Amino acid sequence: MSEQYPALVVIGPLLCALLVSVAGWLRPRLCLPLALLGLGIAASSSTGLLAQVLTHGPVTYRLGGWAPPWGIVYHVDNLNAVVAALVSWVALTNLVASYRAVMTDYPEKIGPFYTLYVLSVTGMLGMVVTGDAFNLYVLLEITSLTGYALIGLGGGRAPLASLNYLFLGTIGASFYLLGVGYLYIVTGSLNMADLAKLLTPLHGSLALLAAFAITLVGLWMKMAFFPLHAWLPNAYGFAPSPAASLLAPLMTKVMVYVMIRVMISVFTVEFILSEVALSHFVVWLAVAAMVAGGLLALGQRDLKRMLAYIVVAEVGYMVGGAWLGNKLAMTGAILHIINDAVMTFCVFLAAGCIYQKTRGTAFEDLQGLFKKMPWTMTALAAGALAMIGVPPFCGFFSKWYLIRGGLEAGHWGFVGALLFSSLVNVVLFFRIFEIAFFEPMSHGHGGHDGHGEQGGPVALAEAPLSMLLPLMAAALGLIALGLATGPLVEKIILPIIPAGLG
Amino acid sequence: MLVHSITPLLAVLVSLAAVPFIILCRKRPNARESVTFIAAGIKLLLVASLLPLVMAGKEVGITLAPVLPGAPLALKVDAFGLLFALVSSSLWIVTSAYSIGYMRGLDEHSQTRYFCFFAVALSATIGVAFSANLFTMYLFYEMLSLATYPLVTHHQDPEARSSGRKYLFYIMGTSIALALPAMIIAYQQTGTLAFSPAGILAGKVSPLMAGVLLFMFIFGFAKAGIIPVHSWLPAAMVAPTPVSALLHAVAVVKVGAFSILRIITGVFGVDLLKGLDLGMAVAWVAAFTIIVASLIALSQDGLKRRLAFSTIGQLSYIVLGLALLSPKGMTGGTLHIAMHAFGKITLFMCAGAIFVATGKKNISEMTGIGKRMPWTMAAFLVGSLSVIGLPPTGGFISKWYLALGCLQAGSVALLVVLLVSSLLNAAYFLPIVYRAYFKPPTEAAWAEGRSEGPAAAWVPPLVTAACSLALFFYPQPFLRLAQMAVASLFGG
Repeated sequence: MSEQYPALVVIGPLLCALLVSVAGWLRPRLCLPLALLGLGIAASSSTGLLAQVLTHGPVTYRLGGWAPPWGIVYHVDNLNAVVAALVSWVALTNLVASYRAVMTDYPEKIGPFYTLYVLSVTGMLGMVVTGDAFNLYVLLEITSLTGYALIGLGGGRAPLASLNYLFLGTIGASFYLLGVGYLYIVTGSLNMADLAKLLTPLHGSLALLAAFAITLVGLWMKMAFFPLHAWLPNAYGFAPSPAASLLAPLMTKVMVYVMIRVMISVFTVEFILSEVALSHFVVWLAVAAMVAGGLLALGQRDLKRMLAYIVVAEVGYMVGGAWLGNKLAMTGAILHIINDAVMTFCVFLAAGCIYQKTRGTAFEDLQGLFKKMPWTMTALAAGALAMIGVPPFCGFFSKWYLIRGGLEAGHWGFVGALLFSSLVNVVLFFRIFEIAFFEPMSHGHGGHDGHGEQGGPVALAEAPLSMLLPLMAAALGLIALGLATGPLVEKIILPIIPAGLG
Repeated sequence: MLVHSITPLLAVLVSLAAVPFIILCRKRPNARESVTFIAAGIKLLLVASLLPLVMAGKEVGITLAPVLPGAPLALKVDAFGLLFALVSSSLWIVTSAYSIGYMRGLDEHSQTRYFCFFAVALSATIGVAFSANLFTMYLFYEMLSLATYPLVTHHQDPEARSSGRKYLFYIMGTSIALALPAMIIAYQQTGTLAFSPAGILAGKVSPLMAGVLLFMFIFGFAKAGIIPVHSWLPAAMVAPTPVSALLHAVAVVKVGAFSILRIITGVFGVDLLKGLDLGMAVAWVAAFTIIVASLIALSQDGLKRRLAFSTIGQLSYIVLGLALLSPKGMTGGTLHIAMHAFGKITLFMCAGAIFVATGKKNISEMTGIGKRMPWTMAAFLVGSLSVIGLPPTGGFISKWYLALGCLQAGSVALLVVLLVSSLLNAAYFLPIVYRAYFKPPTEAAWAEGRSEGPAAAWVPPLVTAACSLALFFYPQPFLRLAQMAVASLFGG
């Protein structure tokens, strides 16, 4: 059984997605249990896979027994094992958390929603575990297409945002495919490990550079790396909250994973550091992403849209870290994939809880929330502190490594942008907290109107427990991840950082 | 010698653990406040139980999580930390009693929230006192910043909001923009952040870098209120008075001063600072703050604002004493953490007692108030004497050591600064007392006889005033701890 984990991670949810879609026609009540089953299989086998990889080293799984480089292989090392576990657990938690929202918002679309949801997660997990560059494209399209549909389920401007995302996302995916095509032309192979070997003698060739650049632009588009981010704020801002809290934390992170995978396992760091004289330029783009993401977030008057722009800034952290060209920064980038996924999940889920009760996430809707929804707001505060980078919340530690990486590279712009982004996050989140804490302003001097302990004009109106418990789990996860930074870095991340990085 | 023990961790966590119980008892205020008292009592006992070990020259520690290599989440109790923890945890009990008198006397809203965050703030304070390294200290420092925000903005009115903004801007802004990068640079250069008597930076940084880092730390820990990062403190006076009393005279501001203490004694080390002559630079920055803050205090009519500017000046006494880098001066600075705490908390509690009993906030409205509130004003007098540094109060002792320290460091100019500042202190405190006792009352009601408001509001300041007097005659264990701590820096 355990040797089948890599396949189960993908096949389990894929089969369940089919069953969910059938159940959607026949027995809609069965959709959720089947979806839970699918993601439960994915979560348990990815966890088993992680344990296996950590004890026995990387696992190579041949699908259908076909030998590479012609057959598709799943190659799993520390990096994708941990990302797969992350994706499957976040997706599973979000599935539990969102069932009430799906019931109330889309009672007649339960079948399609869960089918798309599980398929989307299947695609992400596939992208993470696959060791085949073309297979990755197929899975990317699965995730993207289901993602467009999930976002389009939302009301109002969501379909338009989804269409926009579809256009740009398709261009991005096509660029990636084109890049892979170039690689195939020059090497005749699609297997990543095989490609890495075949590409070494080709270093210096223009075709290789073109392939790399095109692939990279495609991936950047899919991860909304500034200035290719235009689709993201609307897509995640207007998406129905169950979809937003799935896609916002995971999609960009999976794409950053793919970028790092392509950088270290296909093109290799030697090629990137010596042949591609782009590092400096890319890090400055990342700086721009952090600054612009923060500033644009400041201009928003809606919680979800604000969070979406923060995602744009956070992508800058990871891309910058990956491109600084030293071990510390790469450690920070990989650590931030994990941390940022959980903290983005936490804040988007909190936004979902707020939407569930107030039917809106515009700033005006947030008034008095500390009284009405103390638990949700506590979790949002935890997410905020993680994003600001306050220890022991996990965000602090990835920022720690990223800043150290920036210092080591002597890139003061990157260090400054990280600190700037932390400060902007303080402003962003405390603006929210001010509204939720102070408004509506009480008449005159707030303190002494004598309405005693419970007396406020607003009563408690918390989100349902099925949303609250996953939210609390995510919030506690932020602290747990932070405290686990030591072993996480030492046991999981450091072993996979290529020696070529200084 | 390091003794492994879980006691420091329990001492930090006990107030945090009280929070769920405070929330559970929110419907029954008496039960809720008993939780606070029980937690405060246990905390003091735990902290005091460490005293024999530390007095015997041992250090008590525990490593919680190896989060960063060379900078784990770890606690270690030495004489410096224990002195600060003793002060904070003993005064928490007094302040809790006072909080009840004040909050109930004014029928404040959201008292459960208030007591919860107060408990969290105390955990953070003891955490800072017991931190074994700079990273752990930064963690608790930020925790304290965040826990006090809802206390400062307790009234939830526009004034509280704007003060809250100022508070965050200065406290979090400086810690993220200055202290955090300074800490990371120090780590980058040395690979460790553990406080050590010899410092960690010696030989690892260039003189220029050392100077830059030192000032990044000193202004980055803005809770110490060095000018120009001081103006959050007067703004924070919108908080209910018990918050001003414990947090903005003792816990929060002393956490700032204590952080600078750790930077000077544990990160840079006496020798490095002496060698680069950076001690004097810091001392003069502190001296500037002392004089300017005292001059501003003279002109304040709001009693709490005057006290706030006085606190800014007094905090710099601590920094000045440490920056002298002479044994006597450092002893004085360390001791001043304790002595100023007892004096200043008395003054704040008196200000609050006056507000509860009469609703007056301004000094000009307090003419003749001594007839109405003789005991409160007597406590105020003792507190003033202690902060000015006159016998028979504890403040005299720390100032005495500071003065000796200036001479030991060979700087007569700084001694003059201390003396001038003492005169200024007297000039802004004693007229208040004179006005209260010896001028004819302006408000007719005040002549009618004694009426000091709820006992829980005016007895606690009398208690702390009595402590201030007692500390003059028996300054232990604080003096002993301060001397031991400083002796450890100078090699026994």
